[in-house]
Amino acid sequence: MQKIEAVIQPSKLDAVKDALLEAGIEGMTILEARGHGRQKGHTEFYRGREYTVDLLPKIKIEMVVRDEMADKAIQAILSSARTGKIGDGKIFVSKIDDAIRIRNDERGPSAL
Amino acid sequence: MHPRRLIRLLCIFPFLCAASALAQTAAPPTVSNGDNAWMLTSSALVLMMTGPGLALFYGGLVRRKNVLATMMQSFAMMCIITVLWALIGYSLAFGPGTSFIGDFHYVFLHHVGLTPDPDYAATIPAQTYMIYQLMFAIITPALICGAFAERMKFSAMCLFLTLWAIIVYSPMAHMVWGKGGLLNAALGGKIPCLDFAGGTVVHITSGVSALICALYLGKRVGYPKEPSPPHSVVLSFMGACLLWVGWFGFNAGSAVNASGLATSAFVNTHFATAAAAIGWSISEWIRNGKPSALGAISGAVAGLVAITPASGFVQPMSALVIGFVAGIFCFLMVTVVKSWFGYDDSLDAFGVHGAGGTIGAVLTGVFASSAINPVFGAGKPTGAIEGNWHQVLNQLVGVAIAWGLSIVGTIVLLKLVDMIVGLRVTREEEIEGLDVTQHGEEGYDFGS
Repeated sequence: MQKIEAVIQPSKLDAVKDALLEAGIEGMTILEARGHGRQKGHTEFYRGREYTVDLLPKIKIEMVVRDEMADKAIQAILSSARTGKIGDGKIFVSKIDDAIRIRNDERGPSAL
Repeated sequence: MHPRRLIRLLCIFPFLCAASALAQTAAPPTVSNGDNAWMLTSSALVLMMTGPGLALFYGGLVRRKNVLATMMQSFAMMCIITVLWALIGYSLAFGPGTSFIGDFHYVFLHHVGLTPDPDYAATIPAQTYMIYQLMFAIITPALICGAFAERMKFSAMCLFLTLWAIIVYSPMAHMVWGKGGLLNAALGGKIPCLDFAGGTVVHITSGVSALICALYLGKRVGYPKEPSPPHSVVLSFMGACLLWVGWFGFNAGSAVNASGLATSAFVNTHFATAAAAIGWSISEWIRNGKPSALGAISGAVAGLVAITPASGFVQPMSALVIGFVAGIFCFLMVTVVKSWFGYDDSLDAFGVHGAGGTIGAVLTGVFASSAINPVFGAGKPTGAIEGNWHQVLNQLVGVAIAWGLSIVGTIVLLKLVDMIVGLRVTREEEIEGLDVTQHGEEGYDFGS
C-alpha cells in the first residue's frame, strides 16, 4: 500500500477530485493548508503599513491506495493539477505499513 | 363618611390634582412631539454607533484572538457609563455649577423629569435630553480603546475609563454644552467655542487621551516588526457603515429639535463623509498604487469626525471642503506621521479622532455661517468667511483646553490605575490573546 500526498492549487481541487474518481480512486482526505515552495507571496497594505503575505492558501489531498493503483492515481493528479507555472505543487509517495477499517476490523489492502 | 361618597370623592381627587398642576404649569415650554420623536430616534442612532458600530469597526481591525475582548470594551462602556451617568454623570456635566464643572443638582436625576429644561432643549422632555447626551458619554471613552487595543487588562480599562468619564469628559462637556460653561457659545460662555456635536468634547478628548495611553502603555509585543493585519476588514466595513448612518443622530440630533438646523447638520454630515472617503482614497491610490476598502472607510470616519463640530454651522459646500481636507490630513497622520514617531496607536484613535477633531474644530471657526446658524445673534458674523477671524482664535482656545485636560487627566489616571490594578496584561497573556485570557472565550469556533 502507498500513501500519496499532493499539495495543489485550491482552484484545481475539483478537477483533481474528478480525475481521481475516474481513475477508480474512491477514498481520499482533503485538507486546507498554507505554504509555499519557491513561489513568492504578495504585499498587502493596511492603513499604510505594508504586509508581506507569503503563506499562500493550498489544498492537500491524501490517499492510501493499493500498490498497483499508485501510478494511475499519480497520473490522474499530474494531468489535472498541472498549469505549467510555479506554484502547481508537489506529490509525495510513501509506503504504508497497514490499513484498518474501523467498522469491522478488516486489515490490509482489502480495507482500502 | 359613607363608603360610596368616599369613593366618589377619591375619584375626583386625581382630576383636582391635574387641574392644579395645569394651573401651575401654564407658563413653562411645551413638548413638541415631532422634536421628541426625532431626539429619541437620534439617541438610538448614537447608541447604535457604539454597539454594534464601533464594536464591529474596532473588532474587525484586531487579530482574531482579541476580537471579543475588543467588542467587550465597547459593550462595557454601554453598561458602566449608563449607570454612572444616571447616578452622577449627567449632573457633573449638565448641572449649573461653575464655568468648568457642573454640580450635584441633578444627582440621581433629581429635577430631571419629563418637563423640558428650557436652557438646554425647550421642546423635549429633560430626560430625552439627558439620554441623548448619555449616548455621547458612552461612545467617547469607547473610542479611546482603539489606542490600547490588544494589550490592556479588562479590569484596568473599566476602572480607568470610569474615572476618565468623571475627570475629563464631564468637565469638557460642561464647558462646551453646560449652563455657564466657559466655552459655551449658545449660553453666553466667556470664550464661545463653536462645537455643534462634540468635535472637542468627544473627538479631541478621546483622540488625545488615546495618544497618551498608547505612549504610556507602550507598543504591542512584536510591533512594528511583526505584522498584525486586521482579521476581518468585512466586520470593520459593516461597522463603518453603521457609524455613518448612526452619525446622523450624532450631528443632526445635536440640533436638539427637528427643525431646518437638523436638516443642515444632516446634509453637512453626509457631504463631508463622502468627500473625506474620496480624499483618503485618492491619497492612498497615489501613495500605495491601490485604493483599499479599509482606507475608504477610514476616510469616511475621518470625515464624520471633522464635520462633527461644524455640522450645524456651515454651508453644504463648506462641508465638502472640510471633509475632503480631513480625509487627506488624517491619511497623512495615520500613514506618515505615525511611522515617523513610532507610537503604537493600534486602531488610529489619535490619527482619526484626535487629528480629525482638531482640524474640524479649527475649520469650523473658518467656515461658520450665520445664514445657517446665527449663534451670536441675527446678522452677526459667525466664522472667518464672514469676517470674524477672532472666532478661529476662540476655536484654538477650545482645542487647547481639550488637549490640555485630556493630557493631564489621562496621565494622572493611568498612573493611578496602574498602581491599583496594573494596566497591561502579561507578555504571555498578550501572545495567547485577550479573548481567552481576559474573558475565557473564543470569538469563532468554526469546528463546532
